[in-house]
Amino acid sequence: MNIFQKLAVKPWSDDAHVDMTVEGGFHATPAKVGLRFFLFVVSVLFFLLTAAYFMRKGMIDWVKLPLPPLLMVNTMVLVAASFALQWAKNSGRDGNLKNLRLGLVLGGVLTIGFLVGQMMVWEDLSALGYFAATNPSNAFFYLFTGLHGLHMVGGLVAWGRATSSAWRSDADVEQLTQRTDLCAAYWHYLLLIWLYVFGLLIIT
Amino acid sequence: MAHATMADDLTELYHPKTFIGKYIWSQDHKVIAIQYTITAVSVGLVALTLSWFMRLQIGFPGMFEFIDADSYYQFTTMHGMIMVIYLLTALFLGGFGNYLIPLMIGARDMVFPYLNMLSYWVYLLSVIILMASFFAPGGPTGAGWTLYPPQAILAGTPGQEWGIMLMLTSLIVFIVAFTMGGLNYVTTVLQARTKGMTLMRMPLSVWGIFVATILGLLAFPALLVSGIMMSLDKLIGTSFFMPAIVSMGEQLEYSGGSPVLFQHLFWFFGHPEVYIVALPAFGIVSDILSTHARKNIFGYRMMVWAILVIGGLSFVVWAHHMYVSGMNPFFGFFFATTTLIIAVPTAIKVYNWVLTLWKGDIHLTVPMLFAIGFIFTFINGGITGLFLGNVAVDVPLSDTYFVVAHFHMVMGVSPVLVVFAALYHWFPKITGYEFNERLGKIHFWGTFLGTYAIYLPMHYLGILGMPRRYYDYLDAAFIPDSAYLMNQSITIAALIVGAFQMVFFANVIYSLIKKKKSDPNPWNATTLEWQTPDNPPVHGNWGPTLPVVHRWAYDYSVPGAEKDFLPQNMPRGADPNAQEEHT
Repeated sequence: MNIFQKLAVKPWSDDAHVDMTVEGGFHATPAKVGLRFFLFVVSVLFFLLTAAYFMRKGMIDWVKLPLPPLLMVNTMVLVAASFALQWAKNSGRDGNLKNLRLGLVLGGVLTIGFLVGQMMVWEDLSALGYFAATNPSNAFFYLFTGLHGLHMVGGLVAWGRATSSAWRSDADVEQLTQRTDLCAAYWHYLLLIWLYVFGLLIIT
Repeated sequence: MAHATMADDLTELYHPKTFIGKYIWSQDHKVIAIQYTITAVSVGLVALTLSWFMRLQIGFPGMFEFIDADSYYQFTTMHGMIMVIYLLTALFLGGFGNYLIPLMIGARDMVFPYLNMLSYWVYLLSVIILMASFFAPGGPTGAGWTLYPPQAILAGTPGQEWGIMLMLTSLIVFIVAFTMGGLNYVTTVLQARTKGMTLMRMPLSVWGIFVATILGLLAFPALLVSGIMMSLDKLIGTSFFMPAIVSMGEQLEYSGGSPVLFQHLFWFFGHPEVYIVALPAFGIVSDILSTHARKNIFGYRMMVWAILVIGGLSFVVWAHHMYVSGMNPFFGFFFATTTLIIAVPTAIKVYNWVLTLWKGDIHLTVPMLFAIGFIFTFINGGITGLFLGNVAVDVPLSDTYFVVAHFHMVMGVSPVLVVFAALYHWFPKITGYEFNERLGKIHFWGTFLGTYAIYLPMHYLGILGMPRRYYDYLDAAFIPDSAYLMNQSITIAALIVGAFQMVFFANVIYSLIKKKKSDPNPWNATTLEWQTPDNPPVHGNWGPTLPVVHRWAYDYSVPGAEKDFLPQNMPRGADPNAQEEHT
């Protein structure tokens, strides 16, 4: 049944049709469903920021900020981090604990690299006099990158917990794969958001 | 569609042994619900006291020395923000959501118990940060609960140094807490329903809380964004919302920012917020009316659809708060139209409540009195909403006491009546004890009649053109003496109604001391939370096996049934009318 059919059921007379199992909304673990809703919330956050961005951009005092080329390098690093976590997850699925560990560490290190790169971008821009308070265009740049960075830091907390458990002697590969799966999904999505933000900043 | 449910999985459930593990750092949804409720109600009492102070100034200007203009604005601001966010939102979702969702859908707990616990403690942190602003230099912010820039962060507004930053920080922390809780409620409703609990067999309380949570998850990011942006304007001097401005004779560094942008973001959160509070109230009141009228809810499907439609529409009406903000007039037309359309599903709900009562076997119990009181108050408040939704009528009434009367009726008194209806209704389940019926009725009549003594006259003050948020009217010529007299009477009524709430607390304390054991299902209700093996339910809720659901939640006054109702978990075979229903 699709959702409209489900909502059209007459619950006072449908006893003949109800199969006695739960008809949960999604074929996924609760953690995955929770993550999806969270990513939805994150999308709303960035969508609203975009709306504010366009409204503020319409004012006369807007001066475009030059985007440092280092952002391109950072983007590549984040893409690599996403690939590494995907590889870790796939290795886990094949039962390969060694590659799973390697992928996890690689993903985390690359992400930290990305964050360091973003901070270098901030430093460069400040050194050139592009402070957040100088122009709203700068302010939005810091806000977008800052919020995205904070979400990556949040991801790193989950990553840290998964990675530390990967080295426990009683590490359960299946459970570890599930956690890596959640990390990978989060990373892919935040990569998408970063590409969106980056694209928005380039185009406008 | 069939797939394994995690609801049967017992391995995850962690049973603590110590007192601290059971009642302080608890992961049990019921304990967390009580923690949320106690915190929300405590902070609500602070807000109630603040409203007394405000009313004292309005009724008897200048008589109380401790209320100067600054503190008056601080009281108003804190009263509004606490009531809307820290009391009602936290109580309906954190309190009732936490308690009812797992019990009503037949789960052992929320799907992420640890996150649930964290949600409460982060919420408590946000409350502490907010309360800290009373002790900060300069006191709490007096910017009005809407926190409009530029005045919110400029000199001249009380609390512009510490108060506003503590307020914004507290809101950001609250949103983090809400998100953790909200993800839990949504995922639990979707993934942890017990066998046979299809979406359309869920009690309307769960539907209301579920949709309100989704609204919250979509709306709170707007508040988060505006909170962060305003903090940056304040702290590092960006100009997101701040235009070029001269303050106290001094040209500030800001330039080009848009205060209207803040208003758009704020109300994109602010209007759904009304429904975040209202939808759980709608759901809960539906269940209470049905149970105490011994009749199935009229138009169950329509009720569910109306909740969904209201939820959707609530995101396209926000700018009706901004008719006088200098928006393009065509926007005003659009938002007036959507605002009036939202009255349609809302009216459907009201009709269905009334039709549920029609020819019902109405038991005027304490929860039922509060629920019926809600219908009256909600209709009153809703109808003035139709006035204010029209641009041409709103412009002269904007920022008058008419608006104050409207929103207090519709989202102050109405939800609070439901809060009490629900607290009395579920009190025997939560504590296992009976409450005192007579005290409950005294509490109801004092509250119900008293709130009318407060808010009905306010409509007249508004039509007279009396502006809200004024510390003192300084004998303005257009305000007749009778208006001052009316304000005195409103103030006296407000003091009495506030004091009447103590009857409720007296009742709770009395019942907890008297310890008169309640029947496990005193209202003969059908929903699962009344069918638990223990009363009050213990950690894990259901004993060794989960309940299985065989019917919807509204089988009341069933002909031939042993006790006139059929609980949701009663098998079909035990139903005397099973054959009839099949054909």
